[in-house]
Amino acid sequence: MARIRSDSRSELDLVAILCLAPSLLYVLAMFVYPFLYGIYISLQPKKPGAGIFANYVAFFSDAYQYSTIKTTFMLALPTTVAVVLVALFLAYGMRRGIWFERTITTILVLPISLGVVFLSEGILGFYGHNGWLNQLLIAAGLIENPLELTHNSIGVTFSLFMQNFPFCFLMLLGYISGIDPSLESSARMLGAGPWTIFRRVMFPLIAPGLIIAFALVFVMSFAVFPSAVMVGQPAGSTRTISIAAYQQAFEQYDMSYASAIAVIMGLCQLAALVLIVLVRRRMTIATTMGVGKR
Amino acid sequence: MRGRMWRLAIYLFLLGFILNLLGIVTHVVVSSFAKRWFGKPLPPAFTTDWFAYAWREFELPHVLFITLFIAMAVVLIALAIGFPAAYVLARRNFNAKPVLLLLYFLPLLIPQMTYGIPLATTLYGFGVGGTVLGVVLAVLVPMVPLAVFILLPFFEQISLNLEWSAQMLGASRLQIFRRILLPLMLPGILTAGLLVLVNTISNFELAFLLAGGGSQTLVVALYYNVFAGGVRPVYSIDAMAVIYMCTVLSVLLVALRFVRPTQMVFRLDGKRD
Repeated sequence: MARIRSDSRSELDLVAILCLAPSLLYVLAMFVYPFLYGIYISLQPKKPGAGIFANYVAFFSDAYQYSTIKTTFMLALPTTVAVVLVALFLAYGMRRGIWFERTITTILVLPISLGVVFLSEGILGFYGHNGWLNQLLIAAGLIENPLELTHNSIGVTFSLFMQNFPFCFLMLLGYISGIDPSLESSARMLGAGPWTIFRRVMFPLIAPGLIIAFALVFVMSFAVFPSAVMVGQPAGSTRTISIAAYQQAFEQYDMSYASAIAVIMGLCQLAALVLIVLVRRRMTIATTMGVGKR
Repeated sequence: MRGRMWRLAIYLFLLGFILNLLGIVTHVVVSSFAKRWFGKPLPPAFTTDWFAYAWREFELPHVLFITLFIAMAVVLIALAIGFPAAYVLARRNFNAKPVLLLLYFLPLLIPQMTYGIPLATTLYGFGVGGTVLGVVLAVLVPMVPLAVFILLPFFEQISLNLEWSAQMLGASRLQIFRRILLPLMLPGILTAGLLVLVNTISNFELAFLLAGGGSQTLVVALYYNVFAGGVRPVYSIDAMAVIYMCTVLSVLLVALRFVRPTQMVFRLDGKRD
């Protein structure tokens, strides 16, 4: 891209480099270096004499450890699908603005800023065994025994939804409302119904943004830690991979093994991202083909 | 007709979401004022004792001081090193720019738990793990890029002509910075500062991985007290949660006076309205 422009020559002088240096050094020292160091010490097992991949072998030969990948995946995927679908539905419906838009977006931002610990505490109280929801449903005669919504994967899914939904929704709303409205009116003038407009005109335009949103929400959900501990069942059904890594680091004090698990977690997220980017590339080609020659 | 049903469904969902959020928050607030509360819709008697209890037992004055200290340090450092970087990224063209932008974007994209563990290992190795300095250094990792990406569009809005004119009239770089860029960038600095502040106060993962006994921020202390469960009355923990909520909300209320809510999340594309 930069090569097309005629003025693509480097405009870095000494002052510009001095301006960039502090932040660049910070990112390199505190982000890139620890990452590489983490990979390095994950190959230096605590146990003397073990091979360099001993931690990885240990992880993948221990069902208690490697099953965390599946557990995490089974939590992250349904949550992500739910978040993205609901956010798409809402953002699409609100693309031309609605009443109280600013108030509503403000309220939606609240869960992000309240933080996961507060949310989890509230979810335990509200949806818990003796929570308001169960009391209400029992009083209304709808159920006889309280629903078990917390301390299991439902609670974690719910907490993740509350955290990720606002983020995803606002992102998609920004993206969808940026689409030129004249495309839609042209389609309507040519006789397309609401469903055709969505499927043939709007969805292909939304798809690239939708895929990025999906990727971000999935990666964030895959690293779930505090809510899996607080509203989940950290010893059993919601023992996610970050709990496994944390336990190795701060309960067993085996930083080498912990780093190995963190590397595996990072690789899982990377694999998901690559997969999603590949899907996106295919979809983008399909879109341009659908639009026709330019 | 179908459009109306659609609209109705949207409002119903929003209503549900808001009611559920309201329920979650109210439950914590009511519980913090409850004398004793078990299995009833509302507690039979109310008291404010739990706030005094939490204030005393959880060493809240110390925790609040640490939280504010860490937050202010993070805001100042993030702005100080993010501001010049954002300026160069907005104004100059160079070959490595896309790589640099990606590098700055990664700490925001990769979950904190993933890079937090190697980061914690490194910082503990240097002996700053568990200290206030360690927490500040760790929390800065996503906050510096956040400050850069918030400041960037504000720089892009300032016309280059202003700088050129000033230069032509004989202003030095320092004068341009002090007399032109800084006043015009004030809204941007305010926005970035407030968003970094909110995010630092509510940051859990990194602060948790790096915090030691004396360097717990409010969220981390809250988390540990939830797990001290049996020992601590749940009402006192909720009282602490309410104090935490008030801290975040007051910063947020100030922030919302200056910031549009949609600015709180990243846009998918570079466009901004």
